[in-house]
Amino acid sequence: MTENNDAFLQVRDLRVHFPTDDGIVKSVDGLTFSLDRGKTLGIVGESGSGKSVTSLSIMGLHKAGTARISGEVLLDGQDLISSSREEVRLLRGKRMAMIFQDPLSAMHPYYTVGTQIIEAYRVHNKVTKAVARKHAIEMLDRVGIPQPDKRVDAYPHEFSGGMRQRAMIAMALSCDPDLLIADEPTTALDVTVQAQILDLIRDLQNEFNSAVIIITHDLGVVAELADDIQVMYAGRAIEYGSAEDIFDRPQHPYTWGLLGSMPRIDQERTERLMPIKGTPPSLINVPPGCAFHPRCNYARLNGGASETEVPQLLDIGDGHRVACHLSPEQRKHAWETDIKPKL
Amino acid sequence: MTTTDIESGTATPPLGEELLAVKGLKKHFPIRQGLLQRQTGAVQAVDGLDFTVTRGETLSLVGESGCGKTTTGRLLTRLLEPTDGTIVFEGRDISHLSDGRMRPLRKDVQMIFQDPYGSLNPRHTVGKIVGAPFKLQHVKTPNGTKKAVQELLELVGLSPEHYNRYPHEFSGGQRQRIGIARTLALRPKLIVADEPVSALDVSIQAQVVNLLEDLQDEFDLTYVMIAHDLSVVRHVSDRVAVMYLGKIVEIADRVSLYESPMHPYTLALLSAVPIPDTKGKGGRERIRLTGDVPSPINPPPACRFHTRCWKAQEICKTVEPPLLELAPGHQTACHFPENQPGGEAPRVGTARSVNTARPVEAPRTEARTDTARPVDTPPAE
Ligand SMILES: Nc1ncnc2c1ncn2[C@@H]1O[C@H](COP(=O)(O)OP(=O)(O)OP(=O)(O)O)[C@@H](O)[C@H]1O
Ligand SMILES: Nc1ncnc2c1ncn2[C@@H]1O[C@H](COP(=O)(O)OP(=O)(O)O)[C@@H](O)[C@H]1O
Ligand code: SF4
Ligand code: SF4
Ligand SMILES: [Mg+2]
Ligand SMILES: [Mg+2]
Repeated sequence: MTENNDAFLQVRDLRVHFPTDDGIVKSVDGLTFSLDRGKTLGIVGESGSGKSVTSLSIMGLHKAGTARISGEVLLDGQDLISSSREEVRLLRGKRMAMIFQDPLSAMHPYYTVGTQIIEAYRVHNKVTKAVARKHAIEMLDRVGIPQPDKRVDAYPHEFSGGMRQRAMIAMALSCDPDLLIADEPTTALDVTVQAQILDLIRDLQNEFNSAVIIITHDLGVVAELADDIQVMYAGRAIEYGSAEDIFDRPQHPYTWGLLGSMPRIDQERTERLMPIKGTPPSLINVPPGCAFHPRCNYARLNGGASETEVPQLLDIGDGHRVACHLSPEQRKHAWETDIKPKL
Repeated sequence: MTTTDIESGTATPPLGEELLAVKGLKKHFPIRQGLLQRQTGAVQAVDGLDFTVTRGETLSLVGESGCGKTTTGRLLTRLLEPTDGTIVFEGRDISHLSDGRMRPLRKDVQMIFQDPYGSLNPRHTVGKIVGAPFKLQHVKTPNGTKKAVQELLELVGLSPEHYNRYPHEFSGGQRQRIGIARTLALRPKLIVADEPVSALDVSIQAQVVNLLEDLQDEFDLTYVMIAHDLSVVRHVSDRVAVMYLGKIVEIADRVSLYESPMHPYTLALLSAVPIPDTKGKGGRERIRLTGDVPSPINPPPACRFHTRCWKAQEICKTVEPPLLELAPGHQTACHFPENQPGGEAPRVGTARSVNTARPVEAPRTEARTDTARPVDTPPAE
């Protein structure tokens, strides 16, 4: 595995388990990746695959006592998992910030948008209210809120969905965070507004050289933004690579399934869609071996290994990593004969 | 399905026949204010739609949220009464039929709802949910309702053993199948499907899309599909109607809509969809609309899109462009349409080229578009 030991963000063997009445939910179960400043990592996967839990763990936002977290999250060398909640809280805003799917969950309904940006800014900057207010108006302007000097005094519910999302982005970016995590930032939005928001994230990243993690189930969105892509299934990374690796030479049967399930806007698809059969797995009783094996068309090719041995995420060259028992020849054959011609 | 013999006895007419015809369809929701609840205005949710649906086809309605798609669907299924205009189903005007007179028609026109979680009663078993239409319509099934329901469950890819289970025991995709089974119970002729797959994960979405296609082939169903995912729409539709603020701005067969869109709004909509490949990363031709859709309480006069349209001229603010057929089967409501027949090479929103202007601070009433937008050759496939 190409381990990048001086990367700005390093996640090592992260595990997040939730004890529940029905058993232990293994939401994230051994996740390792790293990210440099100025780069964007896309995390994709079905709902429940652990994307949001991963980001909340990095941000230190799990409710105290609910989650059992182990592993390391190094932000510029400091381990966040072993730091106190207070230490992590102080990093939020300036060192790292998060954009949520639902802006209302991140904004307080009783305070104006401006007040919230001003407070967030003043936590990290010793400035007067007036200076902070000017900064808030600038930020709202930057994210394309019309008449920001008036809108700064509006309440979140007075904004449309797209404007709220932009206001939350303004809040998240008000202290130029070094790491920005965007969890489904556009899922609730129309495509036209989505396009505006994606442009915005890209522009602001270019300007501040931030590290960005974009979490989504939309492969089109990651294709727009991400340098690297991590595909998750049942709490683990099953494939990791550059955007070119994932779109042009994907190696994991689950990644093939995602691509085959998706209708394309830019071409007529003559074949039927190729759905992944079955349903997503339970995270309490994760299938043994490869968690994907009950849904995988190739599970029988490996003399039972798929059902008994957990495949490790292994580098197959240039940082492209795959967790699958198929041999390179088997993968090449399956991709070229079964999958690629039908996409 | 053969046992649920509820066909009216008339032979199914051939394909190509008009099943549904909509003229001048309007729905205005009154806004009431003050102590006396006096009407102070109206939400013009649907404001004058004309279209037809042919037996056996899939017509999709697309557009941004709030443009009136769901309201249209609820009008077609007569869950709502139109403010104006007519809905003719199989030659019969159903626009203002009373509930009682609508009841026998309900088995012909069914709706699938967006939310597979909210639309199933959590306290009823799957058997009761899927069997309810038989009870409501007093339909006799030769081998009993249970048998009929179990056949429906198998038809949609569930198992007969699911009969006694409750909705919460199922995944989103399975719940949507339960909803589809219920919809199919009475062998409808027209199904209005409101975002049937948008709450589902992509892999499950594909399962349901394939199921809907199979059922259409098997039972000669006609679909009005409401969707905001333009990729899914391209896959499932025969024809597509693009709505903006309560009006249809363009309607055409799938191929001409996606390959030579004429209305500027359609171009903008298509070009906003991110494409899942690496070829055009950050470098596709883009038409960027700024701002959100204006309020349907006070829609802009004349062409409703003029506040966001980069081609808008004076006339667009004063004269409403009529929906005209500019190419065979292709209607557009615009004074300055794109891609007119005989014009230059088609310009497609999703075409690939090099240009990336990304304004951030544009005022919301002005449309932004890249300055030098080259004319593109159509995409290879
Ligand atoms: N506080 C909690 N207690 C118990 N289980 C939890 C908790 N938070 C998350 N989970 C479970 O962890 C799994 C992963 O959740 P997560 O929210 O990360 O999924 P996701 O990939 O973000 O999905 P979505 O796309 O639906 O948001 C799910 O099975 C979820 O039910
Ligand atoms: N019962 C109602 N009362 C008032 N306004 C309504 C009602 N139902 C829908 N609307 C409004 O009508 C417009 C169109 O709604 P809808 O058809 O649900 O949009 P879509 O489905 O395209 O998102 C919206 O502005 C919506 O708020
Ligand atoms: S390890 Fe086996 S089951 Fe898992 S993806 Fe590879 S072939 Fe399929
Ligand atoms: S009529 Fe005018 S404003 Fe409306 S879409 Fe056409 S060019 Fe744009
Ligand atoms: Mg999530
Ligand atoms: Mg709707």
